[in-house]
Amino acid sequence: MNTTESQTNLTATGSQLQTTSTPDVFEDAKILIDARDAALGLHLRELWNYRELLYFLTWRDIKLRYKQTALGAAWVIIQPLFTMLLFTLFFGKLARMPSDNVPYPLFAYAGLVPWTFFSNAITNSGQSLVGNSTLISKVYFPRIYIPAGAVGAGLLDFAIASALLLPMLVYYDITITWRILLLPAFALLATILALGVGMWLAALNVRYRDVRYAIPFLVQLWLFASPVIYPASIVPLKWRWLLAANPVTGVIEGFRASILGKEFDVSTILSSVIVSSLILTFSFFAFRRVEDSFADVV
Amino acid sequence: MKPIIAVEGLSKRYRIGGRQLHNSLRDTVAGLVRAPFNRFKKNGSANTIWALDDVSFEITPGEVVGIIGRNGAGKSTLLKILSQITRPTKGRVALNGRVGSLLEVGTGFHSELTGRENVFLNGAILGMKRAEIQRKFDEIVAFAETEKFLDTPVKHYSSGMTVRLAFAVAAHLEPEILIIDEVLTIGDAEFQKKCLGKMNEVTRAGRTVLFVSHDLNAINSTCERALLLHEGKIVLSGVTADVTRYYLDHTNNMYSPITWTALPGSDATEVKLNSIRLVQNGASTSAINCREAFDIHIDYQINEVVRGSRFFLIFRNERGEVIFTTSDYDVLSAEAMTRKTGRFLSRVEVPGGLLKTGGYYGSLGMDIKDDRVIFAADDAFHFDVFEPEDDVQAGRHKRPGAISPLLSWEISELH
Repeated sequence: MNTTESQTNLTATGSQLQTTSTPDVFEDAKILIDARDAALGLHLRELWNYRELLYFLTWRDIKLRYKQTALGAAWVIIQPLFTMLLFTLFFGKLARMPSDNVPYPLFAYAGLVPWTFFSNAITNSGQSLVGNSTLISKVYFPRIYIPAGAVGAGLLDFAIASALLLPMLVYYDITITWRILLLPAFALLATILALGVGMWLAALNVRYRDVRYAIPFLVQLWLFASPVIYPASIVPLKWRWLLAANPVTGVIEGFRASILGKEFDVSTILSSVIVSSLILTFSFFAFRRVEDSFADVV
Repeated sequence: MKPIIAVEGLSKRYRIGGRQLHNSLRDTVAGLVRAPFNRFKKNGSANTIWALDDVSFEITPGEVVGIIGRNGAGKSTLLKILSQITRPTKGRVALNGRVGSLLEVGTGFHSELTGRENVFLNGAILGMKRAEIQRKFDEIVAFAETEKFLDTPVKHYSSGMTVRLAFAVAAHLEPEILIIDEVLTIGDAEFQKKCLGKMNEVTRAGRTVLFVSHDLNAINSTCERALLLHEGKIVLSGVTADVTRYYLDHTNNMYSPITWTALPGSDATEVKLNSIRLVQNGASTSAINCREAFDIHIDYQINEVVRGSRFFLIFRNERGEVIFTTSDYDVLSAEAMTRKTGRFLSRVEVPGGLLKTGGYYGSLGMDIKDDRVIFAADDAFHFDVFEPEDDVQAGRHKRPGAISPLLSWEISELH
């Protein structure tokens, strides 16, 4: 075939396009991709349609977590247990850290369980998008489920580590009160906060790989800024508000109080609920705003 | 009939080297500081390219449309926009149905998980419900012919098996619009036939298929219509046979002689890479006749004397597999390795009758042995290798193996 012939063909198809393209095609479209959209829609329906993906990604993360490790799932309890022993030795025995009249090992472990969940969740979800870069650049699905799955996978570890608290309570002869019923509520609060922070870190990590180096540092600082090693009561009253402004404080204190049957510090918990919800809302919107560009920059 | 896909004025701009520029906060800050000065540069826009430039077309339900064009013509970008992986810079797309995309199959696969687990995971990633996957599970496995290995981790699968399973999952997604990118290049001929058969079945069920491939035979036998993309624009749209013939006829002319300059990753203080050219039969080109040898010309400036340095060239095929690596260190003397200041041209000849047809990416780097890398320009240039005539010899490109050398065979009668 020669060139002129194909040129005619080309113009023919061109004009055909002109006549058949009517604006209503775009108005009635089931899916409309428009460069002019500011991408502010939250596409909640789509999130709902893909909801099973969250289950599968969580399940995948759990399956893969301890693959090819000699100790396997034992790592779930090794991490908080050994940290507890270390803390007990250094802070409990040597530094004689007060622990609100609770045996220090129990006090530390009750704080370490939610803390380990939170710190692992933000670390894993912070890395999750970059770790799944091939997936992101090849297939479309709501990206939000990747960091969410990474947080979700930590919940199983959280539950197992929490279950270990029961024999400890029996050993230290602590009476279980009605407050333990609120434990799931604090687990939920920890999840909300971890999702909020993790999602935001994940999105930021796509653009700035600095985040990868910043996360361990952030986690370390955050541990000392939260009442895990020490009780909130050792902080002078005039600085208590600062501690309460850290949303992790409410999670740890609430979790601990419900296990040990202590009074809840309602204002701290309330402040944590508010701050955590705000963080989650903020990062959900921020994530949605930038997720379209992940495939181009990851 | 109302189109199932309508594309209007679609454009996508990419920033070249943008990845490197914004990978860390430090670079961004440095970029902000540098930005005011960049405005004075005349070629400030040289850092962006339009991967797609004002593309419009419509596809009616049930059509099977092939998309052809050389590497970098914008095919993958178009498919990525249609499958919502990336957003367009300009223009809009209306899709009237569920889109299932098969961009490089098996990307959702995790090597540590078993075949069974991967079917479920991949299905969910592609947008299937668990109940749907369960219902189709036996059919998927039967199609992929991997029953025996269902509970084996995918890392022990051959690449052909992985592709079969991945294709099977995607083919059973039953989307209204199926997007397929270069899947049939892997796997044996028999399975390719099976996949094409499945695609025909899909279309008979009234589904629409967009099919990208370098295999023009596959395009010819499956698609009734084809779009030819070149430098981000639709050059031709029409009956497949016409479009593929036009593409073949113009392979040489459309591939304007190319010199690659301003290569990302090539900025080193000691050495400045000016350009890379591919030369065959005395002309610059990026369409290489597989029968004949071609030269790679590297034009560079040495600013400081560098001792013990060596060039290396790495050739990858479209699937990213390294085909071969070459270095001037293999043949040059120690004195030649000490580079004096000045402007130089390094030439290397790649023999004919060696490479398979298809697209290739070349990376060029320079290092000092056992010491450091001076520069590394990843995927600095690319070219297509084609077979000039469709004859007996062309069959060798379809055989297994990374290269398809024309070797000399001799027969001598023994007494």
